[in-house]
Amino acid sequence: MLENLHLLLQAPVLNVQLILDGVFVGAVYGLAAYGLALVWGVMNLKNLAQGDFVILGGYLAWAMGNHGVHPFVALPIVAVLMFAFGWAIYRTIICRIIDKDLFTSLLGTFGLALVMQQIMNQIFGPEVQSIDAGFQSLTLFGGMVTIAQVKLISLCLTAALAVAIVGFMKWSRMGQAIRATAQDPRAARVMGINTDRVYAFTFALNSAICGAAGVLIAMIWVIQPFYGIAHSIRAFVIVTTAGLGNLGAVILSALGLGIAEQYAGFTLGAQLQQFTVVSLLVLVLVIKQIHRGRARQVLQ
Amino acid sequence: MNRSLSKSLFYGAIVVAGLAAPLLFPGYTFAISGLWVMILFALTWDIMGGQMGYNSLGNIFFFGIGMYVCAIVQVGLYYNVAAYTAPSGQIDVHFTPHQYYLGLTLGIAAAAVVATLFALLFGQIILGLRGPYFAIGTLGIALAAGELFGAWNYVGGGGGIALPTFPGDPGDRALFFYILCFILAIAAFAFLKWLYSTRFKLVANAIRDDEEKAEAMGLYTKRYKNLGFAISAFFLGISGALYGNMIGFIEPVEVAFPVITFGIFMVVMCLIGGKGTLWGPVIGAALFHVVRQLTWTYMLGWQWVALGGLIIVSVVYFQQGIVGWVLERWPERFGIRVDEAGSPDESLDADPVNKEAA
Repeated sequence: MLENLHLLLQAPVLNVQLILDGVFVGAVYGLAAYGLALVWGVMNLKNLAQGDFVILGGYLAWAMGNHGVHPFVALPIVAVLMFAFGWAIYRTIICRIIDKDLFTSLLGTFGLALVMQQIMNQIFGPEVQSIDAGFQSLTLFGGMVTIAQVKLISLCLTAALAVAIVGFMKWSRMGQAIRATAQDPRAARVMGINTDRVYAFTFALNSAICGAAGVLIAMIWVIQPFYGIAHSIRAFVIVTTAGLGNLGAVILSALGLGIAEQYAGFTLGAQLQQFTVVSLLVLVLVIKQIHRGRARQVLQ
Repeated sequence: MNRSLSKSLFYGAIVVAGLAAPLLFPGYTFAISGLWVMILFALTWDIMGGQMGYNSLGNIFFFGIGMYVCAIVQVGLYYNVAAYTAPSGQIDVHFTPHQYYLGLTLGIAAAAVVATLFALLFGQIILGLRGPYFAIGTLGIALAAGELFGAWNYVGGGGGIALPTFPGDPGDRALFFYILCFILAIAAFAFLKWLYSTRFKLVANAIRDDEEKAEAMGLYTKRYKNLGFAISAFFLGISGALYGNMIGFIEPVEVAFPVITFGIFMVVMCLIGGKGTLWGPVIGAALFHVVRQLTWTYMLGWQWVALGGLIIVSVVYFQQGIVGWVLERWPERFGIRVDEAGSPDESLDADPVNKEAA
């Protein structure tokens, strides 16, 4: 199992391949994680259906691709569709659970995740799918490292999306209202901000971001109806590591997670890749716990 | 009829019904055994989830651990486990009845002990987590365990282990495990009924309501949290050992660590029945299991959508559960006195008026 580790030491170029792949896929994780940090920070919602929104976005683009729509054209359409979907979900379910206790929002979104993945399974089938965007691959180091052009493009798109979201949050009226609500919903309400509308918009925006991330995931990797839970857990790992409202930390830990996953997949075998993500989550939680324990005098 | 007599009649009726059920409906023995296992799931989840407010999504971990430990003991007592589970060139195995029963007994005991130890070990780490972090952390542990056992070739990896065959005909086998499940569920209920009459319930509820304040009042919250976790692990470990033998074949993701099915069922059953009550989980589990058995196979894949919908609806609209709703509706029947004066605000308003009138 660990002989691959030896291989890495013998051929350092392979590290470049792993790191690059990690960065490409980690950047997309970062998008979904930023969406989670948004809803978590603004409306205190721990969305366990995050990954299923990602997968749904991927399937929407895939379905359009079957009718000859290029994924780059599909990306904005999916974002708009997912925005509407998120708004509808907020109005029907989320608005009823955000003012309840924490576990309610967790379990409610878990139920949503279950419904979404099963409906996708019924509609799109359980096979693993991906979208072919029709690009070549670049090779570096005399064929030792291959980079699919589509991955590079996806990285640029991710960066562009991130910049657009940050700009939106900083300068638009709605972005300012969202930040104000995150700071103090009551004061925001006093200032005449319709916080319910802000919540709906935030959730819909998160859903649109996830949808866009899903299109990119489907382009550079694969989607399957039941992969949602893994994406949700990844988003939780990133957000718990990075904390809320710190975009730089979100990007860094997302890239770190992507790279760590690639390395684990390579050295320990692909069947332990998901295990790595989950155990990283537990590890992060434990470290956080130890930090908190230091800060707090526990009665022994 | 006085109250204690009617109560003992009621419990007696349940025991008689439980014993008579497999004899009356021999075809459904397995399904009714499942009912007792489900009741046990719901009861054990409620110790932490309902009474203590520590909502675990990964209690199924102890179920899987118990299942695997029991299997390893049952096989390992007489054969080399690695050779037994090897995919190619299976060794010839035969268990005599004496070997089988001895292995099963030791296996169940080991399952209970190991699951409890794991609970104490993990409790040190994750019981410090609060609210959503605890739920996600436990979910993570259960998912990770499933993946890990799937990659562990010693216990058969993703291919799983076939357990020793029962020495006797299938009808006896079903009845044998039915009785064990029944005893386990009854024992768990009786134990919890006793436990909830002690100080434990008060401390657990105090932790649920406000852990910091409970600590400030001088309660050793950590000790009680560990205790609650260990108790649920103990019963879940045994139930895992029994269930594995009932199925006869262990496989990591679908049978031993079914996070998405049993792991969620136990939460849903408590929610439906009413969490934080003794009878809520039992009623929720019975209702859920019966409805599931009756409708599950006819829904052709849409049953999962229905389950998710059920979770959402029960979380959003029916949080207090059946027992919680009954308690709210007819509190006086359960010995809860309701202050008819109304809310404290009203009585404050009423006082000055009375004084003025006087």
